[in-house]
Amino acid sequence: MCTVCGCGEGEVQVEGKDKTHGHHHHGHGHDHHGHHHHHGEDGSLDYGAGEAGGSVPGMSQGRMIQLEQDILAKNNAYAAENRGFFADRGILALNLVSSPGSGKTSLLVKTIEMLGERLKSYVVEGDQQTANDAERIRATGAPAIQINTGKGCHLDGHMVGHAIEHLTPADGSVVFIENVGNLVCPAAFDLGEAHKVAILSVTEGEDKPIKYPDMFAASDLVLVNKTDLLPYLDFDVEEAIANARKVNPAIKVLKVSARTGEGMEAWIAWIMAARGMALAGHPLGTAAE
Amino acid sequence: MHEMSICEGILDVLKEQARAQNFDTVRRVCLEIGPLSGVEIDALKFGFDVVMRDSIADGATLDIIETEGKAWCFSCGATIVIAERYDPCPKCGSHQLQVTGGEELRIKELEVN
Repeated sequence: MCTVCGCGEGEVQVEGKDKTHGHHHHGHGHDHHGHHHHHGEDGSLDYGAGEAGGSVPGMSQGRMIQLEQDILAKNNAYAAENRGFFADRGILALNLVSSPGSGKTSLLVKTIEMLGERLKSYVVEGDQQTANDAERIRATGAPAIQINTGKGCHLDGHMVGHAIEHLTPADGSVVFIENVGNLVCPAAFDLGEAHKVAILSVTEGEDKPIKYPDMFAASDLVLVNKTDLLPYLDFDVEEAIANARKVNPAIKVLKVSARTGEGMEAWIAWIMAARGMALAGHPLGTAAE
Repeated sequence: MHEMSICEGILDVLKEQARAQNFDTVRRVCLEIGPLSGVEIDALKFGFDVVMRDSIADGATLDIIETEGKAWCFSCGATIVIAERYDPCPKCGSHQLQVTGGEELRIKELEVN
């Protein structure tokens, strides 16, 4: 188990409607050893622990091997495949990260409602357990798939690749990936998204960006959520923004309240602008103009 | 952070290398880790022993080379050393920094049998 956040390699489940699919990820060849999963009765995907440690017969004299290999290279390769999948289809993929309880799912529900017919939305929901969030999203009419990471504390590129295969998002749509509520681990795992969007609610501390600098350094946008509660709190929005800019001078900040809708139009405008970028060079982009 | 996943990633690489380079035990693993990689070295050491148990790297020594966090200051143009992402430039106090080093999370070399 992770000594810091309590995570470990556990059972990962991806909800799915398709019980039989090839183990090729978007048609790109790569091997999946160490990441085997099977399809459950309900169509879910289970990721077991990796293969058992076994020794390989071979040479027996001691020797040095120069490797210089990035430990996250495997995840980065999966993320690159996802990114290629999204680029080929003109899909905007956003990775939403925050602590638990920041209001991510409520914000997402409101966002999908506001996007309405303007932009078709799909959602990948990451949580340790339960499909509650995916059900909340589906109530909006948007297709959603739940990934349960079991004991895991973050989504990785491989899990998202499989979820996308099941979700089959339409060309030119937006895919929101709601990461596990955790401001630490998801920072290191690229999922192939165009942008990480951090959500910081005003019921948290202003110093969160400097307490969890890696996440704010990796994000392109911060949504300061639950601004309707500001009159009841001592939260200093400007200080929180200043702290975010200390770790990431280029980060953009929008103040929103998913409950009252305040600031939400600016967030929708940001999504539409990002979507324009995702479509740049894509046939759908030229058709739209 | 996610040190356990990182150790599992290391073990995956060791197994791949064992097949590719024809060895059956790993005696020593040398990593290069930067202060801005998001990895807690003590947690990684603990996780390493647990994850490697009963594998081809059971009992392997873990050596860690810690690199420096480096950044370039947009305001004064200096190349500086930082310990944390929110550190100001020690020369001019600006936070307008571009991190240029310290995010390493790499297996540098192995000693194998």
